Amino acid sequence: MSDLQQEIQPKGAKIKGNKPVNQLEAANRFIAASAHQQMHDQRLWDLRKKRDAQMHLIPEWEELRDLASDIKSHTLDHLADYLEEFERNAKANGVHVHWAKDAQESNQIIAGILKEHDAKNLVKSKSMLGEECLLRQHLEEEGVTVIETDLGERIQQLDKEDPSHVVVPAVHKSRTDVSKVFVKTLNAEEGNNDVHYLATTQRETTRPYILNADAGMTGANFLVAETGAVVVCTNEGNADLSANTPPLHIVTVGIEKIIPKMEHLAVFIRLLSRSALGSPITQYTSYFSGPRKGGEMHVVLVDNGRSTRLASHKFKAGLKCIRCGACMNTCPVFRRSGGLSYGSVYAGPIGLILSPTYNVHKYRNLPFASTLNGSCTNVCPVKINLHEQIFAWRETLAEEKELSLSKRIIMTSLGKLFAHPKAYRMAVQTGDKLLSYLPHFMVYNQLNTWGRQRDIPTPPKETFHSWYAKNYMKKGKADE
Amino acid sequence: MSSREFILTQIRQSCHTERSEAPTVPFFHQDPANIVDKFKQSLIAMGGQIIETDPQDPYKFVKEKIAQSKIICSVVPEILGNRHLTETTEPKELQDIDYGVLRASFGVAETGSICLTEQDLFINTLGYLPQHLIIFLDPKQIVENLHDAYARSEWKQIHYAALHSGPSATADIEGVLIRGAQGVRSLSVLLIE
Ligand code: SF4
Repeated sequence: MSDLQQEIQPKGAKIKGNKPVNQLEAANRFIAASAHQQMHDQRLWDLRKKRDAQMHLIPEWEELRDLASDIKSHTLDHLADYLEEFERNAKANGVHVHWAKDAQESNQIIAGILKEHDAKNLVKSKSMLGEECLLRQHLEEEGVTVIETDLGERIQQLDKEDPSHVVVPAVHKSRTDVSKVFVKTLNAEEGNNDVHYLATTQRETTRPYILNADAGMTGANFLVAETGAVVVCTNEGNADLSANTPPLHIVTVGIEKIIPKMEHLAVFIRLLSRSALGSPITQYTSYFSGPRKGGEMHVVLVDNGRSTRLASHKFKAGLKCIRCGACMNTCPVFRRSGGLSYGSVYAGPIGLILSPTYNVHKYRNLPFASTLNGSCTNVCPVKINLHEQIFAWRETLAEEKELSLSKRIIMTSLGKLFAHPKAYRMAVQTGDKLLSYLPHFMVYNQLNTWGRQRDIPTPPKETFHSWYAKNYMKKGKADE
Repeated sequence: MSSREFILTQIRQSCHTERSEAPTVPFFHQDPANIVDKFKQSLIAMGGQIIETDPQDPYKFVKEKIAQSKIICSVVPEILGNRHLTETTEPKELQDIDYGVLRASFGVAETGSICLTEQDLFINTLGYLPQHLIIFLDPKQIVENLHDAYARSEWKQIHYAALHSGPSATADIEGVLIRGAQGVRSLSVLLIE
């Protein structure tokens, strides 16, 4: 057996109430599990490379990113109008539309709909909003059996762990880790690590739940105001099964997921899966604008802090996110730390800027889990200025005195490297080129704890400054 | 105040912008020739299959395939199955079907997708519960890209439609690609008018 198959999977960040999450501690444990760490790094970097290959096949790629960003900006500026338009059209199609100002209200509405239909068995397709609202836990307390139908999400549900990535929730696990979970929970054959066998075990054990469910739930990737439709993208077909088999379909969706028209949908569908997994499209791109024959459909529009975030000039752009995960796949810190180390629903670069908007105290360490290399910003299909917002969070946290002393020290030294306007801009301009050097000079330097356990015995021979000067100054590129 | 009003008021207070028009999206057409070849390539890349037609008997392959199976549900007039759907058939009753045979509304060359609407499916789960699907597609109904696809009229006439691009798939365990996740295990397309 290879090292990966023998090594025990490291668990995620330890959550202690409202105490600030110690991402570093969890990251160190993940790095110490070197076979897992390497597999994780390679797997995500592979997705990043596939994304690049797709990007080069589309001559209008950058134009699409500009359009996507502009459409989102426009929509956020007129969000109330588009939500009303969506509601009008969805209702005209026979859809019930609900509004929830926070997670608690959303959970209550959903529990209420289920109760009204005497629905005790719910099959659910993966939804980050569901995770954000702790929906499953809430429904289980209400006596509803909730079964996740996406393979990765089901693995995580059975292992009582959160998803570690927005697109590939169990990416941090080896096949042996999965096998152990399935032996314990699904009666799988002991020691059978065959991936086909494991996937088939899940397919066959989940199917009866789908066939006997009283209700199905999906998230939504997009809402189209013009037609009152919900668009869901999956590879497994589990959203379509969850929505079309039982008589009741409930959709839970954040209010920022709306776009104005069908012509805009094309832009996002062309970008989403290419950015996420490097495939031209997901296997299923499904469109629900009304209940199926003989069925009932409900859409719950959830705010949960989004309308407040809209008012913040600095952090508003985070609302453009389409949850493709590209920023995570490219982030050297995410790839080495594992998604569970962040201890928050949204991890990686987007998580660094979203999480503190939910709880600034608890997530005050997260904006430091970045090298600010700008690679996230370079790949983001909706052009969110991720690294700038991460930096803005550091400033905000410093102002708000949420910064611990050690962080202040790191900030002053790191500040010279990363926050220096020239170096900072250069890092962004040279994004990809720089990344290949990162493992040595930025990720595994003394200041950077994500790399500490590997390269620390040999202190870097070259500082970032001297390396930078050597490689860029002499080319005369370093000036503004 | 209801939550609806609360949310809308919050939003309106957060953004004070002049009414502007939504950006318009070009069609980005590139290669209208060879659209059928492009479709075939894209579908195969997504894990789908193209059934080449025999000029003597265009349905030969389909007939052979389904002769080897037990339960066939066809909603196209060209092929006779042995499972018939009625107005009262429940979606889950389709669980034991080996082959579903249907006609797609249109195809998309860019991604190798076919569009199945609720009218094409008759019962929506016909697209997901059978083990395998055979899809008839008129080559004249293949559009170049997703911009064309979403400009089609179908979307406004139905309550449900999905772009299928190959069979269901997952790579959730160590990135190993597996065809046949929760949906169908194979998807074959027969290009025929
Ligand atoms: S921030 Fe951008 S790259 Fe990251 S998940 Fe969101 S859309 Fe994707």
